[in-house]
Amino acid sequence: MAVAIKIRYFASLKESLGREGDTLEFEQALNVAEVWARVVPAQAMPENTLAAVNMEYVDMAHPVLDGDELAFFPPVTGG
Amino acid sequence: MIKIVPAEFDPFAEVQAYQAQQAALAGKYGATNLFIGTMRDFNAGDKVKGMTLEHYPGMTEKQLERVVTEAEQRWAMLDSLVIHRVGDVYPDDVLVLVAIWSVHRGDAFDASRFIMEELKSKVPFWKKEILVDDNSRWVAKNSDGYL
Repeated sequence: MAVAIKIRYFASLKESLGREGDTLEFEQALNVAEVWARVVPAQAMPENTLAAVNMEYVDMAHPVLDGDELAFFPPVTGG
Repeated sequence: MIKIVPAEFDPFAEVQAYQAQQAALAGKYGATNLFIGTMRDFNAGDKVKGMTLEHYPGMTEKQLERVVTEAEQRWAMLDSLVIHRVGDVYPDDVLVLVAIWSVHRGDAFDASRFIMEELKSKVPFWKKEILVDDNSRWVAKNSDGYL
């Protein structure tokens, strides 16, 4: 069964990739790191990248499910 | 209450207006602690003329709510008001306000410090600096406030 997810990029990552996000459909289960490898195949994930699924922090092995919003971004610098 | 605001704000007016609306505080609070973070015109040895503050609408609010809830669980806070700017900011603009009301000072001081440190390390905001020569750069990392 095909699974569809939305991927979003923020800050310097958005700028270096030149886009705000991607959509991905896939058949077999993927985790966060595997999604990155699919949508940004030409570039290794920067070492300090953070990931969130549905606006909650997750690690790179976290499974991604149908309808999820997965976000990648650099360390936060607010305040 | 938390607020993410896209325009300049006066932290003192915000605190005054918010406090006036909180009838439950009347007669009960002995301490109010205000932390106000303001934009400098320099960083890392360079003159900075402006910044853009990006955030992740939805996640930013969710994570900030979580930080405040955790503070409420750890300290005896009566009320709090946290406001953070987004968008284009300039030196002397207020970037963040953390106001805490409590019965005794210790809770207000400690909760305020905790909220600021957590905000700076966990809540999704990103700063891009515009230098006086018009070059821009992303701030790579926040420093640890306890060092």
